[in-house]
Amino acid sequence: MNRVTEIYLNGAVHRLDVDPERSLLSVLREELDLTGTKYGCGEGQCGACTVLLDGQSVRSCMTAVGSVSGKQITTIEGLEKDGRLHPLQEAFLKVDAMQCGYCTAGMIMSGAALLRRTPRPTRQEILRFMEGNICRCGTYTRIIKAIEMAAATAKEGQ
Amino acid sequence: MSNQDASQFFIEPERYELWSEPSFRFDLERRDFFKLLGAGVVVLFSLPAANAFQESGVGRPRGDTVPQDIGAWLHIGEDGRVTVFTGKVEAGQGSRTELTQVVAEELRTGLETIHLVMGDTALTPFDMGTFGSRTTPTMVPQLRKASAAARELLIDLAAERWKSARNSLRADSGKVLDVTGKKSAAYGELTRGQKLIKTIGDTAPTTPPPEWKVEGREVRKISNRSIVTGQHKYPSDQKRPGILMGRVLRAPAYNSTLSTIDTAKAEAIDGVTVVRDGEFVGVAGPDSARAAQALAGIQASWNTPRQPFAGDLFEYLKSNPVQGTGFGGGGHPTRGSIEEGMAAADKKLTATYTVTYIAHAPLEPRAAVAEWSDGKLTVWTGTQRPFGVREELCQTFRLPDDRVRVIMPDMGSGYGGKHSGEVAIEAARLAKAAGKPVKVVWTREEEFAWAYFRPAGVIEVSTGVKNDGKITAWDFHNYNSGAAGIAPAYDIPNLRVEFHATRYPLRQGSYRGLAATANHFARESQMDEIAHAIGMDPLELRLKNLKDERLRAVLEAAAERSGWGKSKSSPERCFGLSCGFEKGGYIATCAEVAVDHRAGKMKLLRVVEAFECGAIINPDNLKNQIEGAIVQGIGGALFEAIDFENGKILNGRFSRYRVPRFSDVPSIEVVMLDRKDLPSAGAGETPIVGLAPAVANAVFNGTGSRLRSLPLTLEPAKT
Repeated sequence: MNRVTEIYLNGAVHRLDVDPERSLLSVLREELDLTGTKYGCGEGQCGACTVLLDGQSVRSCMTAVGSVSGKQITTIEGLEKDGRLHPLQEAFLKVDAMQCGYCTAGMIMSGAALLRRTPRPTRQEILRFMEGNICRCGTYTRIIKAIEMAAATAKEGQ
Repeated sequence: MSNQDASQFFIEPERYELWSEPSFRFDLERRDFFKLLGAGVVVLFSLPAANAFQESGVGRPRGDTVPQDIGAWLHIGEDGRVTVFTGKVEAGQGSRTELTQVVAEELRTGLETIHLVMGDTALTPFDMGTFGSRTTPTMVPQLRKASAAARELLIDLAAERWKSARNSLRADSGKVLDVTGKKSAAYGELTRGQKLIKTIGDTAPTTPPPEWKVEGREVRKISNRSIVTGQHKYPSDQKRPGILMGRVLRAPAYNSTLSTIDTAKAEAIDGVTVVRDGEFVGVAGPDSARAAQALAGIQASWNTPRQPFAGDLFEYLKSNPVQGTGFGGGGHPTRGSIEEGMAAADKKLTATYTVTYIAHAPLEPRAAVAEWSDGKLTVWTGTQRPFGVREELCQTFRLPDDRVRVIMPDMGSGYGGKHSGEVAIEAARLAKAAGKPVKVVWTREEEFAWAYFRPAGVIEVSTGVKNDGKITAWDFHNYNSGAAGIAPAYDIPNLRVEFHATRYPLRQGSYRGLAATANHFARESQMDEIAHAIGMDPLELRLKNLKDERLRAVLEAAAERSGWGKSKSSPERCFGLSCGFEKGGYIATCAEVAVDHRAGKMKLLRVVEAFECGAIINPDNLKNQIEGAIVQGIGGALFEAIDFENGKILNGRFSRYRVPRFSDVPSIEVVMLDRKDLPSAGAGETPIVGLAPAVANAVFNGTGSRLRSLPLTLEPAKT
């Protein structure tokens, strides 16, 4: 397989030169200094490394960088638009939906993917979609509240 | 000592109850304060002699002007900005926010003008570590007093400048004002050109809680914006120019010895450094993929001795006593006579409870970046004990402590699991060999296997009770899990509680709440067994044996909010409660549990927890801690358990070790009792201790099945 020389990331083209087998997570963190995306388990079980690929949430620790060519990658660093936070980022601030914050980027990326697909999710839909994200500090109730708040905000904005 | 158990790892339970050799040295000299931060005003909090030993270690004289026993210090610069230095660290528990509030309160200035430097061994005074819920009871008062003294100093400066009477001036919103409102000066104006150092002691007056304007209020996490935007740099995010990624070769099991090794393949990889130093074998490469490739290329064989397996755990603990003291044992209350208490009882009960090994599994695994420069070592690492890690590095590399600096960026949690400095040593060893900075981030599997666990334990309880509910005898023995929270708050005339140290098969150490979780599980389960034996309501039994007003208050608050007694437990829907006291916090927990008998599964539906820890400094952060402790407690109560055999962890990854997830979380109601008349205690740990016994008691009340082992498990119904 050819080496990966460019990726579409957070609305821009990035030049690089990496082995296609490398995980997207390691390329983001080590080659592009985008450390907002976290390592938590390396087996797609905790969601800390979640990024969006054409708007869908994927686990970047299990995604080979060679498989993302031509797709738009969004990381936590790229969620802010024109200096304005994503409604879910705002909601996390309002609810204080974190303790150590290490899972937060993955939670927000998963939640953003959910809201994109299902703008007004039910409580059950939130639980089902977010079940793959771990918060060891146990702030799940606050994260659910933040997702519901962001959904309500988006609805008001329509 | 046999090498067939892990006791030799020297990570004793409740290690912080033991004094470690203090390594205190305050690096900064008088002129350095101002070199570091520019002109201004510096206030040093000098610890009282007794505290100095307890919290800071004993000062080593350096013949300089700076007192040696400094607990914390702060600087107000010429721009009015306040920089605060404390050896405590932020791991998600909210210490940075709480301490900032305290400084803002006393300094009468905005939160945004205050910056805390935490856990940097070159800049912050020595601190034993961030554990034991000690930040609130010890660091909060120190910073309050330092900040109040700084405020008074600023008023002095204004009084001098204006030739005004001191009592005609006050501080407000980062300024000193006179009562007429005609004169005002921002703090930065007052500190301009100054090089003042004031040392204050324990007697400086502070604002009484009823007058608080910033403390006692909800303040959002200080660094929250950098977290939601992915900008905050955790220990594993640190980077240095030319950095390499390191990996360490791990034995397949504990107590293994290296038999043969061939590193030729790893050494042949471009840009890879291989280090072999005794039993330590590690690699460093330009990126994590090449480091992993190099590690995989090492051919090693190991000898592993036979060791206990999970199924033998409790028998092993009971049959391997360790004589002597230490391990937090000894010195626990004994009163009256168990024999007489038993003789006076109408009913006698005996039960054995067990808790198994569980893992902290902080979402950010251990991580360190190490850099050598001019014979000096700097390490950025995630730890609850930056000064302890510095000591480990000094010993390992035989360096004096002024050649090692440990910096602790706010990290991805710890829960008592990040007291040790292995990863810092590994990164430093690799960096030394490679001649470049090296980062080591443990994999999840390494974090499970090579960190340490919450100790497993066996608890044997014998009690006697009169038919009217008066408990007459309480004989309580904890094997290995620890002594924290072992003494009951109940008013029992004949009492013996003992901790028994044993050898243990896995690495073990501190965990949120320490053994208070195990001891509360056993004690509060036993209380319900007593209530059942005499046909008394569990709440009534507790109140009958409880004089402590603070504990009665939380118990009554939780019972009232949960509607205790209004719904009867059924085999499918059960209610249970528990209460307790530890580390200055009073807790009562009510749980509502659904039982699916066919599947043999329990699900928490609702938890009501009442908590009181004196005057509340940040209500929302306290609530967050209580909610989080309940959720973390669900894991240890219902499903977390380390499986092991022959020194090997068999389920050390998230696909095999279940932790609480979204769908496990019940409806949580927190009742916080604010006692502005009482000093604030820490709250990061104690809220975890009530859940497991409340759940076990609920299941017993509903089904009659008494579950005496954590995690609680039901057998599926036979069909």
